[in-house]
Amino acid sequence: MAVESFEKSVDRALADAQLRKNFAFAMGNFILKRRAVFSDAEETERLRALGNAIKQRALSRLPDLLEQLEAACTRNGIRVHWAETTAVANRIVLEVIESHAAGRVVKGKSMVSEEMHLNAFLGAHGIEAIETDLGEFIIQLAGETPSHIIVPAIHKNKAQIAKIFHDKVPGAPYTEEVAELNAIARRTLRRKFYEAGIGLSGVNFAVAETGTLCLVENEGNGRMCTTVPPVHIAVMGLEKVVEKLADLPPLLRLLTGSATGQLVTTYVNLITSPRRAGEKDGPTEVHLVILDNGRSRIYQDPELRQTLQCVRCGTCLNHCPVYTRIGGHAYGFVYPGPIGKILTPQVEGLEKAGGLAFASSLCGACEEVCPVKIPITSLLRRLRDESYSREPQGTVPGRGCRQNLTERLAWGGWAFLNTHPRLNRMVTALLGMAGDYLPPAGPLERWMRYRTEPQFAGKGLHRRAKEEGIADE
Amino acid sequence: MTPETSKPSRVYFFGTCLIDAVYPDAGLAAIRLIEREGVRVVLPAGQSCCGQPAYNSGFPAEARAVARRQLQAFPEEIPVVVPSGSCAGMMKHHYPALFAGDPDLSSAQAFSGRVFEWSEFMVRVLGARYEDRGGPLRVTWHSSCHALREMRVIEHSKHLLRQLQNVELVELPGERECCGFGGTFSVKHPAISGAMVNDKVDDIQRTGAARVIAGDCGCLMNITGAADRRGLPFAGQHLAEFIWERIHGG
Repeated sequence: MAVESFEKSVDRALADAQLRKNFAFAMGNFILKRRAVFSDAEETERLRALGNAIKQRALSRLPDLLEQLEAACTRNGIRVHWAETTAVANRIVLEVIESHAAGRVVKGKSMVSEEMHLNAFLGAHGIEAIETDLGEFIIQLAGETPSHIIVPAIHKNKAQIAKIFHDKVPGAPYTEEVAELNAIARRTLRRKFYEAGIGLSGVNFAVAETGTLCLVENEGNGRMCTTVPPVHIAVMGLEKVVEKLADLPPLLRLLTGSATGQLVTTYVNLITSPRRAGEKDGPTEVHLVILDNGRSRIYQDPELRQTLQCVRCGTCLNHCPVYTRIGGHAYGFVYPGPIGKILTPQVEGLEKAGGLAFASSLCGACEEVCPVKIPITSLLRRLRDESYSREPQGTVPGRGCRQNLTERLAWGGWAFLNTHPRLNRMVTALLGMAGDYLPPAGPLERWMRYRTEPQFAGKGLHRRAKEEGIADE
Repeated sequence: MTPETSKPSRVYFFGTCLIDAVYPDAGLAAIRLIEREGVRVVLPAGQSCCGQPAYNSGFPAEARAVARRQLQAFPEEIPVVVPSGSCAGMMKHHYPALFAGDPDLSSAQAFSGRVFEWSEFMVRVLGARYEDRGGPLRVTWHSSCHALREMRVIEHSKHLLRQLQNVELVELPGERECCGFGGTFSVKHPAISGAMVNDKVDDIQRTGAARVIAGDCGCLMNITGAADRRGLPFAGQHLAEFIWERIHGG
């Protein structure tokens, strides 16, 4: 994505007063809810350190754990498929659907399926994919994409949702009553669960030890998708694997508390096999599609690998002053917010998405709350370095794509000035005399769009201090 | 709060490039307040910038060259006091990473160990006490991100501020949120930065405070620049300059 297009979408988002109000309100609530369940700072820190250790341990043995997961799942009767790219993953899903001659898929919430652009792909093959998570259902009706990785329709307020339902759901009256809106969605979706031949879901954690797929949700639609249709397809990024079942309780506590400020979600699904002989419900076939899509490349760099610790709780979005103001769509990619800024440039390449790494004041609000302690600001800096890097070695695609003479000379000049203190003093003095006459161009013009010009001092600190007899060595 | 360590006889002062060029009064006040506690201040002429602008912009080699100059400018084993949470955070927490694999790594680590943010030094080492001679005044406080999250010195700053008994401190509802400065971020993404600073300015305006006090001149330049541009009545001041003024009846 070019910088211009990001800037344009930012301008559009910032000019949308309703959108900014919706986000400010919703994010403020999420921050308060999270704070309430993590009120004991010491205990929270202990838990975050544990979450970090669990994910680091899993990543340190990633290839082994993935093989172990495949073996355990296979033993349990879950069919495992590997997909290096989203195109391969889409094809695998399509083949399973076609082998059952199914025309309709009900979907639980899955960001990996968004990453695959699965709905569009299936649509092009004549298969209807129906989102059953309420937020996803809303934006599917509106023909939009998620603006948040946990609450995809958070950019809409009640009135906007009421209008979408009224316009798009046959027979739905206009109502802003939440209970009635829920009832409309439930009525519409309930039928679809029974009619669909395939249920598709994401995976929050995949346990290598037992071959268990863990899925958390609050609406019960996830359980419906994974139990009602005869076939269940789960899609996951390969970083979702953890070592053992005992890793789940702390991770679930961290994920749930960070994401929605709950102590536990309404539904915690642990899926270990298809329906067994004598069981009365559950799908007769379960497929697990494990997607790479650049993750194994990210894995190769020990620092950047920390990106893969992410549990997709979305709390970095909620606490981000940039996300809160521009919303998720302005980023132009599937994963918005701080996690999107470190993940997307690595997956899509720096040429296409590297600009995202610069759209941060590095305030650190995200890494202060990250449940698995991803050093987000350090990784943003690292991606900035990569963008200008002149070193030949490296794993990030598009490395060095921002190199240009103008900036190199500017920073070279800056370094020269700041390693020659006398020259530096002269420039300070000069700014003091001529600062008011600087032409409002370049960075100064951009500064002055929202602020007055800095008032340079006639005499700098060093000259003033010298006059007052303060020692200078 | 009582001092945790014994008082040194001399300290270094790192003036920061922004204070040198735009806010010398803040720097001088910070120096005078240290000397008021009976500690001699040395302001080495060889210093310049902590290197953070390049470090955050994808130019680590240039940042390292400038940072190396600072290592040389502060050779003695005495504290380096920095009137900015951001520059202090850079020197204390990022120099070791910046010099990873560099022959100067160990001297960078030793240097980092000597860095104090100014208010932290005034409280933890000097145990400074102040008597307010100014008239009643309502102020609010803005926490800079790096003072808050890297240096973790906000309680020290507020401890000093609360000693001024005629000053009413109104807490800012969005105190922990970034003002949108972010160094080069403010000119690389002016629209986002502008939206952030205007929200900050609105937040300050609603407190009815006559002044916003902060420990970082980058934030102050951003916040007061946006307030001035909109013709709002409140002013901004560095904590050291504010204290100096208050104890002299201003």
